[in-house]
Amino acid sequence: MSAREEILRRVRDATTDVTTSAGATPREPLTGSGAVGADGLTQFVETVEDYRADVVRVGPDGVAVAITAALRERGCGSVVVPEGLEPTWVDAVAEVAEVRRESQTRTHADLDATDGVVTAAALGIAVTGTIVLDHRADQGRRALTLVPDTHVCVVRADQVVQDVPDAVARLRPDAGDARPLTWISGPSATSDIELQRVEGVHGPRNLVVLLVEG
Amino acid sequence: MSTQARGGPVQQTSSTFIGMPAFPEAAREALDNTQQRKNLRHATHTIRDKRAAVVDELPEWEALRVAGADAKDEALTHLADYLEQLEESLVAQGATVHWARDAVEANRIALEIARAKEVDEVVKVKSMATQEIELNEALEEAGVHAWETDLAELIVQLGHDRPSHILVPAIHRNRNEIREIFLREMAKVGRPAPDDLTQDPARLAEAARLHLREKFLRARVGISGANFAIADTGTLVVVESEGNGRMCLTLPETLISVVGIEKVLPTWDDLAPMMQLLPRSSTGERMNPYTTMWTGAHDGDGPQDVHVILLDNGRSHVLADTVGREALRCIRCSACLNVCPVYERTGGHAYGSVYPGPIGAVLNPQLRGTSSAVDQSLPYASSLCGACFDACPVRINIPELLVELRGRVTEEGHAAESAAMKAAAWVLSDPKRLAGAQRASSLVGRVVGDRTIRSLPGLGAWTSARDVPTPPTESFRQWWARERGDDR
Repeated sequence: MSAREEILRRVRDATTDVTTSAGATPREPLTGSGAVGADGLTQFVETVEDYRADVVRVGPDGVAVAITAALRERGCGSVVVPEGLEPTWVDAVAEVAEVRRESQTRTHADLDATDGVVTAAALGIAVTGTIVLDHRADQGRRALTLVPDTHVCVVRADQVVQDVPDAVARLRPDAGDARPLTWISGPSATSDIELQRVEGVHGPRNLVVLLVEG
Repeated sequence: MSTQARGGPVQQTSSTFIGMPAFPEAAREALDNTQQRKNLRHATHTIRDKRAAVVDELPEWEALRVAGADAKDEALTHLADYLEQLEESLVAQGATVHWARDAVEANRIALEIARAKEVDEVVKVKSMATQEIELNEALEEAGVHAWETDLAELIVQLGHDRPSHILVPAIHRNRNEIREIFLREMAKVGRPAPDDLTQDPARLAEAARLHLREKFLRARVGISGANFAIADTGTLVVVESEGNGRMCLTLPETLISVVGIEKVLPTWDDLAPMMQLLPRSSTGERMNPYTTMWTGAHDGDGPQDVHVILLDNGRSHVLADTVGREALRCIRCSACLNVCPVYERTGGHAYGSVYPGPIGAVLNPQLRGTSSAVDQSLPYASSLCGACFDACPVRINIPELLVELRGRVTEEGHAAESAAMKAAAWVLSDPKRLAGAQRASSLVGRVVGDRTIRSLPGLGAWTSARDVPTPPTESFRQWWARERGDDR
């Protein structure tokens, strides 16, 4: 008997006392609400800052300037940009740093030699201060936001939802085209040495969230 | 607990824990380690206070616990159906699914994949399942080095040590010990620690970052576990803080994930309660810094050769027990460890397993059976105070399960305990004997005075792990007779 058959047989034998069929027991359905209001945005800013990430609230016209300022403040001399990043944002990067296109950073070593990355986001969660990337063209493949030390992430106000269930409802993978997801709540952190929080072990040590309102 | 013949066989315990002393003996040694007790007290109290604060933020916490328990129960009671669905979803998304009856089989499958890729090293995300099957050791024996990349696991691995806590496995080590381990061991296996390394946690973390980045960037095979495996979408979920998980799940060409069959969740929607329950219970944060969700292989992004090993290793045996199966709901958050007065004093090593604390005390004797001294002793490694049940995000009634397990090991002949219970029953069954025993006890109290009694003849096993309170110089009945005798 194959391992598959044997394990399934063991499991079926172990549950012969069960009289219901799978999915027959009713459970609370998940319903997601829409984007949050002003209070929700304020909560989002507070919870993101609680993780010692930096948050900047800007209008639509202020994004480019904020990107330039964030990269300059953190001394980023080279910045990788996803293929689908908004062109005016790429121009903003070019004002302070060498722009490296996603397709030009083929190897891990290329990324390791890059100081920062600028991306959009899929959504934000107000209650937990989380941003979620689904790695579409304006966010780039997963390695981009992982290896460089500074991540500047632009989140639109209409992408911020109230809580985890709202996010889960919005992020359900499409059948046949399931995207990888990265949930980010603050910069990389550890508390493994005497429970002292240290930012930046393996992931980006600096996280800047630009919240675009209006 | 009903002992059914059905279900799978118990786990084959590895040689590491054969010969492990029973809990009372191991605990006695641990109690003498004052540094560890200090570290543990600080750690458990800090994490539990943080947890309590973020749990209090959610008025619907009890409803979330019920939803979490319901999701796991639905998965466990129809596990065969959901495993088949998970396999189908994973294969449809381009993953390869393997099934492993036990540790040996899982290790063999992982080794075969590594060999096919012609690598002599792999990078690993911290994973309870791979620790349970001792995958690192199996790979090492075959000439494949498995590098742990979680900071705490790195400390444990470089220190040739064993983890002592599910969440913070190196909590028994202080910063000076960690510095010495890094200076001594890093150079042997890769980039050395800087010569001017200090005890500053930020400097120690930096040394680990540099040491491991070299390994991440060249790694071609990554190995992980999974916190959740979602049947209807085929999505695997890894929850972490440092980014080492993202590195292992993103940079290598090949990814091998070892997933216990109890990790299945029926639907995508079940993530809603779980992603609220797990971070808050585990690290006391509203959300952990990083969560990665991947569904098979995604073209041009991350590992293109994705393997999932579905592991039984005693789980189907636990599932066959209609009472004990609720222990399989466990999502490895470690909240029960941090509230347990016994764990706080003994630490994790005394439990003789990768699953320490209250959940280890119920899970290990069920996974491994109760034939060894350590597994017979574990159901007694608890004060039954109930704090672990209150803390458990999926409402596992650990105290109730411990009582059931005590009954079982006593029936099977846990000698000292049944002798003590029989003696107590004999004394308590007759008022004259009780009065006699009390007179004898009060005599001992007058003789011993304020000194602590550390062992009593005839109650050896019992008192080897418990300090018997010094008997009072008179019994309550004697005191009553003296003080209030006239009022009767």
